[in-house]
Amino acid sequence: MAVLALSDVSKSFGAVRALRGVSLKLEAGEAHALAGENGAGKSTLVKILSGVHRPDTGQILLNGSPVTFGGPADARHAGVAVIYQEPTLFPDLSIVENIFMGRQPRTRFGRIDRAAMAEQTGRLFAGLGVELDPEQAARGLSIADQQLVEIAKALSRDAKVLIMDEPTAALSGNEVARLFGVVKALREQGCAVLFISHRLDEIFELCQRVTTLRDGTPVAEDLIADITPDDLVRRMVGRDLDALYPKQDGVPGEVALEVHRLTREGVFTDVSFRVRRGEIVALAGLVGAGRTEVVRAIFGIDRQDAGWVEVGGRRLRPASPTAAMAAGLALVPEDRRQQGLVMDLSIDRNIALAGLAEVRRGPLISRAAEHARAQDWAVRLRLKFARLSDPVGVLSGGNQQKVVLAKWLARKPSVLIVDEPTRGIDVGTKAEVHRLLSELAVGGMAVLMVSSELPEVLGMADRVLVMHEGRLVAELPRASATEESVMSAATGRTAA
Amino acid sequence: MLVRRWESLILVLLVGVCVWAALGVDGFANTSNVSFLLLDTTEIALMALTMTFVIVAAEIDLSVASTLGLSCAVLGWLWNAGLGIELIMPICLLVGALCGAINGLLVTRLGLPSLAVTIGTFALYRGLAYVILGDQAVADLPAAYTSLATRPLVPLGLVAVLGVGAAVLLHATGLGRAVFAIGANQEAAFFSGIRVKRIKFWLFVAGGAMAALASLVFTFRYASARADNGVGLELAVVAAVLLGGVSIFGGRGSLPGVLMAVVLLGVVRNALILADVANEVLNFVTGLLLVASVLAPNLGALWRRRFTSQQEVS
Ligand SMILES: Nc1ncnc2c1ncn2[C@@H]1O[C@H](COP(=O)(O)OP(=O)(O)OP(=O)(O)O)[C@@H](O)[C@H]1O
Ligand SMILES: [Mg+2]
Repeated sequence: MAVLALSDVSKSFGAVRALRGVSLKLEAGEAHALAGENGAGKSTLVKILSGVHRPDTGQILLNGSPVTFGGPADARHAGVAVIYQEPTLFPDLSIVENIFMGRQPRTRFGRIDRAAMAEQTGRLFAGLGVELDPEQAARGLSIADQQLVEIAKALSRDAKVLIMDEPTAALSGNEVARLFGVVKALREQGCAVLFISHRLDEIFELCQRVTTLRDGTPVAEDLIADITPDDLVRRMVGRDLDALYPKQDGVPGEVALEVHRLTREGVFTDVSFRVRRGEIVALAGLVGAGRTEVVRAIFGIDRQDAGWVEVGGRRLRPASPTAAMAAGLALVPEDRRQQGLVMDLSIDRNIALAGLAEVRRGPLISRAAEHARAQDWAVRLRLKFARLSDPVGVLSGGNQQKVVLAKWLARKPSVLIVDEPTRGIDVGTKAEVHRLLSELAVGGMAVLMVSSELPEVLGMADRVLVMHEGRLVAELPRASATEESVMSAATGRTAA
Repeated sequence: MLVRRWESLILVLLVGVCVWAALGVDGFANTSNVSFLLLDTTEIALMALTMTFVIVAAEIDLSVASTLGLSCAVLGWLWNAGLGIELIMPICLLVGALCGAINGLLVTRLGLPSLAVTIGTFALYRGLAYVILGDQAVADLPAAYTSLATRPLVPLGLVAVLGVGAAVLLHATGLGRAVFAIGANQEAAFFSGIRVKRIKFWLFVAGGAMAALASLVFTFRYASARADNGVGLELAVVAAVLLGGVSIFGGRGSLPGVLMAVVLLGVVRNALILADVANEVLNFVTGLLLVASVLAPNLGALWRRRFTSQQEVS
């Protein structure tokens, strides 16, 4: 009998029908994948299973009998642990406090047992290979580290059902392998797992069964053993897909971005490289290698301690995103919720926010120009939305990511820096984004791409720069960049 | 959407109170009373304009009434010293801007919370006003100006012109967009190339200068410059802004809503005075309105927040 199941569940948000007649069974000892394009309804389904949303119609069955989850607490009591798509840590609490939020172990005298908390956290982190200080505050953690903490939080409960909504989106190969090790062990102990990812190879590695949603409707349930990744793509998008990495070869032009001996003490050291027009350069490395920190400094978010950045031959004023933008730089940041978007603001206003000067008529903002700018890019990126005046917060995660891309691409930058550009984006659109990046590069843009997804790095980059513990340790031209060469540099086994 | 719904509610309330007062309160519905009551809201309205920007940007300035007092004191002192009023007025505006600049620097350069900073300067500026002018009242001000300030069309015209300007600035320009973005998500605004600190600094400067402008109107209207001019007005200003639907958390609100709220609060107070409501009750009712004005719109926001935070967990 299924541990947890949905029977004929539907859910609408206003006019948007997020789920229609979905049934799903999670069996003990089985990992079940949920596949579907951005906005297909996967996260909505997760939130119904975890008590965040109530289904409009249909039932949740716990061990075969109908239950009503009044809220996330009810689901938690029933043994359901959830990793949500977007980390929801309390920024001012420490990592340990976040992990044990609301269920701190007590000593015999009724006080919070800090020793027990520290010990358990240590064990969890060791299993996941996480090297974070548990007493550190959650504020300022990279999106990958936040996700690792969320994973530890979910694993710290003795869950009968483990639900993971894109837990790997920000992680690189090593962390994913460790996570899968832990999850497989749980599964073998009889835990039921629901897993969502837009990286199909992960689904095929971890899961036994997959349910595919299209526009909120279940279109197929298959045993993984019976299908190929191409079959799964066809079920998701309803057609065959073009190449996922449609890389065209550009002709490298003059140097557009030069980074000279850039250093931030304790974060990264002596980083120098160049990106030419027409080139896509990838910055690879493990989570925590300092890639995000480097691009933040380039864009002027953080102030470097030494070194400088030149764009088009002119040195950039440090610590000023405004100056960087004026010089033609754009940064698609890694954390769309905190850094990329203003959740309360509408889709079109978010897209205009990085180019307020470009949607002006005289001193006033032109609503028409603002709308046209958003409309144009919404179509090009196949954004799924109801109205452009809707707050961006109601979009699905992948569609929010598309809005961040639109916001920066609309500026037509000469140097585009993208930090995990396809995080949470479905395969179909991923191919689209890759084609777009390739076209932009061929058209003379310089692209610097931080990505934890190795196939993306190898498929898209003309050159791969590899970072390890804050230093640039290898530069591999496209021809010699392989999974092995990048990984061995990223783990510090070779030095360049 | 919701903002607009809140504005309509304020408008309905305003019309309702006016109708009730016109029918039920003797002496309310005549030109001289109405122009008097509007005139009486001038300073609050002026300061509410800039306060709206500050609160939308998720900051607050509790020192505006003290800045007003300090500017009055400077005016009285310089007038006593024999300076011409045409010279004194720009000096007062400068003093106000300087007060705002101090707030702005403390908030943006030292990263202190504006609540703490402006509680401090609230005491500081008022204290300075007493140091400068003591408890004397400077009353022999030029009649040309005092009569100008009591002619309703002049101060109200000032409010109207500045109000329209502020509304356009907040709702139709890039600066306005930036202010909303700062209030809703400062980090994302910074990542979008918005000069967060610079904008906040100038909002405080504008707030200080506006308080000084209000001090000129106040001084001429009452023909008296004193160090204790405008004591307590900051609360009325903040209350009007919040009642007008601006979120205390920043990122939401509208200027027309705020201006309607200013008038609503003025009408209620005026009607109650005319209805001979005892002073204690009057204070109670105004206090109640203050609390309600802080609570009601933000209760809505709190609800929404809980609601959306639930939905946005993914
Ligand atoms: N709170 C909400 N209000 C309005 N619409 C919503 C809300 N939450 C989700 N939706 C809509 O429901 C649909 C399904 O969203 P959901 O987040 O479940 O997609 P998803 O499959 O998880 O996509 P992704 O792969 O991008 O994460 C989308 O069209 C989305 O815009
Ligand atoms: Mg999702």
